[in-house]
Amino acid sequence: MSDVLVVSEHRRGELRDVSYEAITAGRELADARGGDLRVAAIGGDVDGFAEDLNREGVDAVHAVANGEEFDHNVYQSAVGALLERTDAGTVVIPNSVNGLDYAPAVAEEHDLPLVTDAIGFEYDDGLTVTREMYGSKVETTVDVDGDRFVLTVRGGEWAPAEGVGDATVESVEVDHPESGARVTGFEEVAGGDVDISEADVLVSVGRGIEEEENLELVEELADALGATLSASRPIVDNGWLPKNRQVGQSGKVVTPDVYIAIGISGAVQHVAGMKGSDTIVAINTDPNAPIFDIADYGVVGDLFDVVPELIDEFA
Amino acid sequence: MKVLVTVKEVAEPDDDFAIEGTDIAEADLEYDLNEWDDYAVEAAVQLAEAGIADEVVAVTIGPERAEETIRMALAKGADRAVRVWDDAFEEGFSDVAAKVTTFEAVVEAEEPDLVLGGVQAADTGFGATGVALAERIGFEHAAVVNDLEVDADAGVARVHRELEGGVEELTDVDLPAVLTVQTGLNEPRYASLRGIRQAQRKEIDAKDLADLGLSAADVESALAITSMYEPESESDAEIIEGDAGEAAGRLAEVLREKGVSA
Ligand SMILES: Cc1cc2nc3c(=O)[nH]c(=O)nc-3n(C[C@H](O)[C@H](O)[C@H](O)COP(=O)(O)OP(=O)(O)OC[C@H]3O[C@@H](n4cnc5c(N)ncnc54)[C@H](O)[C@@H]3O)c2cc1C
Ligand SMILES: Nc1ncnc2c1ncn2[C@@H]1O[C@H](COP(=O)(O)O)[C@@H](O)[C@H]1O
Repeated sequence: MSDVLVVSEHRRGELRDVSYEAITAGRELADARGGDLRVAAIGGDVDGFAEDLNREGVDAVHAVANGEEFDHNVYQSAVGALLERTDAGTVVIPNSVNGLDYAPAVAEEHDLPLVTDAIGFEYDDGLTVTREMYGSKVETTVDVDGDRFVLTVRGGEWAPAEGVGDATVESVEVDHPESGARVTGFEEVAGGDVDISEADVLVSVGRGIEEEENLELVEELADALGATLSASRPIVDNGWLPKNRQVGQSGKVVTPDVYIAIGISGAVQHVAGMKGSDTIVAINTDPNAPIFDIADYGVVGDLFDVVPELIDEFA
Repeated sequence: MKVLVTVKEVAEPDDDFAIEGTDIAEADLEYDLNEWDDYAVEAAVQLAEAGIADEVVAVTIGPERAEETIRMALAKGADRAVRVWDDAFEEGFSDVAAKVTTFEAVVEAEEPDLVLGGVQAADTGFGATGVALAERIGFEHAAVVNDLEVDADAGVARVHRELEGGVEELTDVDLPAVLTVQTGLNEPRYASLRGIRQAQRKEIDAKDLADLGLSAADVESALAITSMYEPESESDAEIIEGDAGEAAGRLAEVLREKGVSA
């Protein structure tokens, strides 16, 4: 039961980065538990994936040749089959949208404790997970009772596994129940005339702007700076700006020279889309806002005071 | 068709807060309806308004204080509410399985055709309850739903699942199902004055574990929070001091250095 099973993730023919990061986390855990590291590739071009997933430290790859794209029933059944057939006692899954569509079901089915969105862990006698709470304002350590568990790991927290390993590759097909959730297609939603990922300077606005009318203020700033306007999710959810302006996990990933976050708290799903910016400026009334942790320059202040002054500076 | 909506009262820390033991000091927390659950309530009420749902029942696991939040769901159009609480929940942090056990008992009593919840609770952020519940009660499920159409005759919910990077997955989910609702699915209404008045007369059925045929042992948690602290800032951000004018002056200097100009 000391082996660790990492489940990789792919979409439309490509393995996603979190897969390699999860391998690193899984290797750490396998070392601490004195077990092997097993990696599952489920669905799609599993042979090709198996080759890519054979990174340093991987002991076995299970290529589960069921279906093409993600299907939570297939994933759940495959993990179940591998838990049964191998010595894996714990499962590591990316904390992605698809990860969260089956990891809780796996934990529930096998009666294993579940800890999601880990940003770190230690394993001595048992597992202690570091995770965030209250919108990233605090960190907690969480002790897990028992030596078997399901853990989902946040993207970008572990370095991707590299090199080439000498894993054994096993091809498997698993039985699974007929799916009561059938994927009928995919849709790209963030298209349109503006591509914020092309901009050199982004003025990005968040819920701190309070009212749709107040958007004028940041539009004016963007004009004054020759910048493009982008936003955090609530602004787009409210219908104040179109979807193609959204920065973050479910929006666009941007890497401008300068990113000015105005009234944005810096939630992990937002930061995922902008942390690669060269220079990050944050204006926020809350000195504890997590955005300041990744900012290069911060103003702790009211945007309704600071932004007009800034516009004046460039008028 | 009956819809059950899980709604959580979540805590948000004030700008200034202190940590006491393994949680933020009670006095530094504000309570509100979880943002994601607000969208779930709206989805359920819209199904009722469209004549697809005949009853919308809100359920929460929370102390008496949470009734204020549950009333918001009632004011927005849920027909009635169930609130479960027990000393056993005061013991510590409830893991997903403990909540699922509780909800399972409520599902057995209510027999819904559709369960809606949020993608995640804003405070603890597990993002797991709905999918785990579906597994337990033998319902189908879909996580992170940002578009929903229920075809009750066909017994199918046609949903979009919002994946990363502006891609949506189109999926048909057989009912009965649990769906976890993403923000942006709809436009949650504000409670009207009339709604708020009506909510005062609606029933919030308070139950403890024994009422559900459960005991403290059934909701024992496998997880324990052992410490809480403010993360060490990894940044070497220059925090610009001064009043708004001074701050803007320094910011302008920085921006010009970086080559920003209209
Ligand atoms: C699966 C999933 C995917 C997601 N994808 C995305 C995504 O792609 N992009 C995204 O942005 N979010 C995404 N989110 C949502 C994310 O979790 C946060 O809810 C969101 O980023 C919060 O946006 P915000 O910072 O604008 O709002 P809040 O978190 O409410 O922050 C508002 C900030 O404004 C500050 N403020 C208030 N008034 C003022 C003032 N007068 N002056 C200055 N500052 C002020 C406050 O101090 C606060 O820090 C996703 C969530 C999930 C679960
Ligand atoms: N104590 C609770 N009471 C009611 N609903 C809850 C509770 N905890 C979680 N939920 C529901 O489960 C969803 C996901 O929460 P979580 O898995 O804790 O992030 C929330 O949006 C709620 O709909």
